[in-house]
Amino acid sequence: MKELFELFWLFAKMGSVTFGGGYAMLPILQRELVEKRGWVTNEELADYYAVGQCTPGIIAVNTSTFIGEKRRGVVGGIASTLGFVFPSIIIISLIAAFLSNFAELTVVRNAFAGIQACVCVLILNAVVKLMKGAVKNVPAILIYLAVLAASVFFGLSPIILVVASGLAGVAVFAARGELK
Amino acid sequence: MMVYIQLFFEFFKTGLFAIGGGLATIPFLSDLAERTGWFSQVDLLNMIAVSESTPGAIGVNMATYVGYEVRGVPGCVVATLGLVAPSIIVILIVARFLRRFSENRFVKAAMFGLRAASAALITAAGISVAEVTLVHTDRWSQGLAAFFDWKSILLFVVLLAATNLPKLKKIHPIAFIAVAGVVGVVFRFAGA
Repeated sequence: MKELFELFWLFAKMGSVTFGGGYAMLPILQRELVEKRGWVTNEELADYYAVGQCTPGIIAVNTSTFIGEKRRGVVGGIASTLGFVFPSIIIISLIAAFLSNFAELTVVRNAFAGIQACVCVLILNAVVKLMKGAVKNVPAILIYLAVLAASVFFGLSPIILVVASGLAGVAVFAARGELK
Repeated sequence: MMVYIQLFFEFFKTGLFAIGGGLATIPFLSDLAERTGWFSQVDLLNMIAVSESTPGAIGVNMATYVGYEVRGVPGCVVATLGLVAPSIIVILIVARFLRRFSENRFVKAAMFGLRAASAALITAAGISVAEVTLVHTDRWSQGLAAFFDWKSILLFVVLLAATNLPKLKKIHPIAFIAVAGVVGVVFRFAGA
């Protein structure tokens, strides 16, 4: 029970410092879970994000459920997800009740513009860390570049890209004779 | 009571069909506004702005906001639970499956490809944040000086260097976020 509450609290803390979507959460996850606690590896995080993009639901929620489940099974998955959404419920209720013009406030717009620049930096650093674990040989680099180009230049849906990359992975292993 | 059940199922549906990031929920919410009259399309724009500039995942914040507008705090809890319920169910099943078959060669091979794709999709998301933050795509015709957002680029470079300095590396990301927020206010980053 104590560990479940800790999971809830940890994800509540992470939810309250994630600005943006699931991607903005990645640097926080790496710090709290990979570096500080050693609960998951960068490879596992890459797996969770890949699966989280092509299954129903918001990526950040999917990732929270994954990690909670790994720690404490079904109830762990539920506890971490509820923890993650808890700060949103409080913050948004307060804003909706008292500050419906929140997003137009000058101080908010200026602060948010600064935060956005920081989020770019954090995502860039996070990707570099992730790639050290997940993209270390030529076939992986080729898949990385192909997916990046397809997503940035052609705007292909992540679902198609994730499925195609899974198949590409199978083809690579088959070509190396590692499937038999 | 009816309205709570309806709220739960509307957001359950959104959670089930909005695949990917929080912005994928917008078309569903726009449709919801039209069908139920719970909130207007103008309200929706305000909700998107608030959801983006507050902590928490955008999709979760959107559900919370709509729930609050419809039925106050209880509505907000019900809408959010509806949104996350499909994720919890699907991911719990997928997590079991992955663990059970993690030694399977085909699963290993597929995950090899998936990890690379995952890194690429996160890079692409980073690029799209950079696009709205570091440049003004709408000012392309006014020349390079107007195209780049110099203040943001300077902050970006400074933070990139700072976060990679061995001495500062250990500092928690939230400290950098806080500093960036303060810099944004002091130097009027939104130009307001």
